[in-house]
Amino acid sequence: MKEEIIIAGFGGQGVLSMGKILAYSALMEDKEVTWMPAYGPEQRGGTANVTVIVSDDRISSPILSRYDTAIILNQPSLDKFEHKVKPGGVLIYDGYGITTPPTRQDIRIYRIDAMDEANERGMSKTFNMIVLGGLLKIRPIVTIESVIKALRKTLPERHHKLIPMNEEAIHIGMDIIEEVTA
Amino acid sequence: MAKEVVLMKGNEAIAHAAIRLGVDGYFGYPITPQSEVLETLAEQKPWETTGMVVLQAESEVAAINMVYGGAGSGKMVMTSSSSPGVSLKQEGISYIAGAELPCLVVNVMRGGPGLGTIQPSQADYFQTTKGGGHGDYHLIALAPSSVQEMADFVGLAFELAFKYRNPAMILADGVVGQMMEKVELPEFRPRRTEAEIIAQCPWATTGCKGRRPNVITSLELDPAIMEQRNLHMQAKYEEIQAKETRYEELDCEDADYLIVAFGSCARIAQKAMEHAREEGIRVGLFRPITLWPFPAEALAQRAEHVKGLLVVELNSGQMIEDVRLAVKCSKPVEHFGRLGGIVPDPDEVTAALRQKFIHP
Repeated sequence: MKEEIIIAGFGGQGVLSMGKILAYSALMEDKEVTWMPAYGPEQRGGTANVTVIVSDDRISSPILSRYDTAIILNQPSLDKFEHKVKPGGVLIYDGYGITTPPTRQDIRIYRIDAMDEANERGMSKTFNMIVLGGLLKIRPIVTIESVIKALRKTLPERHHKLIPMNEEAIHIGMDIIEEVTA
Repeated sequence: MAKEVVLMKGNEAIAHAAIRLGVDGYFGYPITPQSEVLETLAEQKPWETTGMVVLQAESEVAAINMVYGGAGSGKMVMTSSSSPGVSLKQEGISYIAGAELPCLVVNVMRGGPGLGTIQPSQADYFQTTKGGGHGDYHLIALAPSSVQEMADFVGLAFELAFKYRNPAMILADGVVGQMMEKVELPEFRPRRTEAEIIAQCPWATTGCKGRRPNVITSLELDPAIMEQRNLHMQAKYEEIQAKETRYEELDCEDADYLIVAFGSCARIAQKAMEHAREEGIRVGLFRPITLWPFPAEALAQRAEHVKGLLVVELNSGQMIEDVRLAVKCSKPVEHFGRLGGIVPDPDEVTAALRQKFIHP
């Protein structure tokens, strides 16, 4: 298997850390993985994005022209990446602040209102884990068990009490993601 | 026991590898996109475990001169920086090369010239392989294209630096420094004892009790002696060129076209090659791992049966000069590059290949 993913949104939304958790989870499953952030001034208030590639085989380019899956968390990122999803690929977007929704007919489009859900439930800190849950429902790249294992490994012990909340967020994401039918 | 595999950035891998390999000292000054080297060392606090010295100097110039001093006493010492900072270090690098001392300099390149940009670039190829500082010297230059190689080349660079008493450089860029990949770190190895350093480095300033003093200097006012020194260094460079070239070839056997690329560009080119092969264009990838010594002979042999070579670099055409010299103008050699911190995606490389060779 090989999955080429872009995650893009505003700086501060947890785009890079969501990619990191996905990358660590893939590591738990002994897969090859590359995590390549757009670094620098783009992170501060502007758009942030990260390319994550998970594969059974050696990975060539960390920088891609087209993606199997795009996870889009704001309008500028949608404008930038909608046309870069491979035909037959997947686009997942959060409807919050989206004024011009995606229109492609040759890809599968899903909407996840994770921002609204997180705010309603007072779970804004686990917003990105809700999105990750949505992704894993549509593209089960790694198991939830691997994600939990990755959190255990990467979070300092004093934060381990937050893991159940993160797991809950993943399940919420799996529940609320919906396919958009044209 | 199963080897431990971890996920980290290229810059972090350099720091972890240095601690594990028993490096004695790191002297640096922060600059994007390589600051994680110093940051990781500061987090790891190796001075509490291995006794490694980690020091943030007041400037890049100070840092390289601390390396000069440490190297003179036979210690394993290193510095790291990014392009503008490495320019500042050039005087010190020339002195270290002139005094024939081993050390490691890491350059995680960013776009220039001047302060330029913090985004990735490979525009310091000339600086690294053709001089940089003044005088007739060469650096041993290694170009990693993965996080694993960032870790591995720390050990390799020190091995070659001590073998030939010559400064070595790891020439990476913002892509390789900032991306995270799986990496297997080297086994822990204790720092060498004073007795081991004295045995390994009889030339070092280790305290001259019971022997004649060792003098470390690059200054020699008698030109006849200075010429001899230069000739000795040239003989050393010839030996390095004969013995230490390293490169990787991918899908070259049946290739009609070769892409020649190093570091991050080689990774991008590999994907471009996959796309081209899907279209029926038979492309191979030749990746120099040592930029100096340049693997000219191997490249010339590989180029014999191809119709053309495309050199892909994050610069306006630097390594292409060495490629042209290697193939002695027997084949068309074209260039594709992006400048100033822009990194091309694989489709751009495939398009360049088509445009230069298939549908010119």
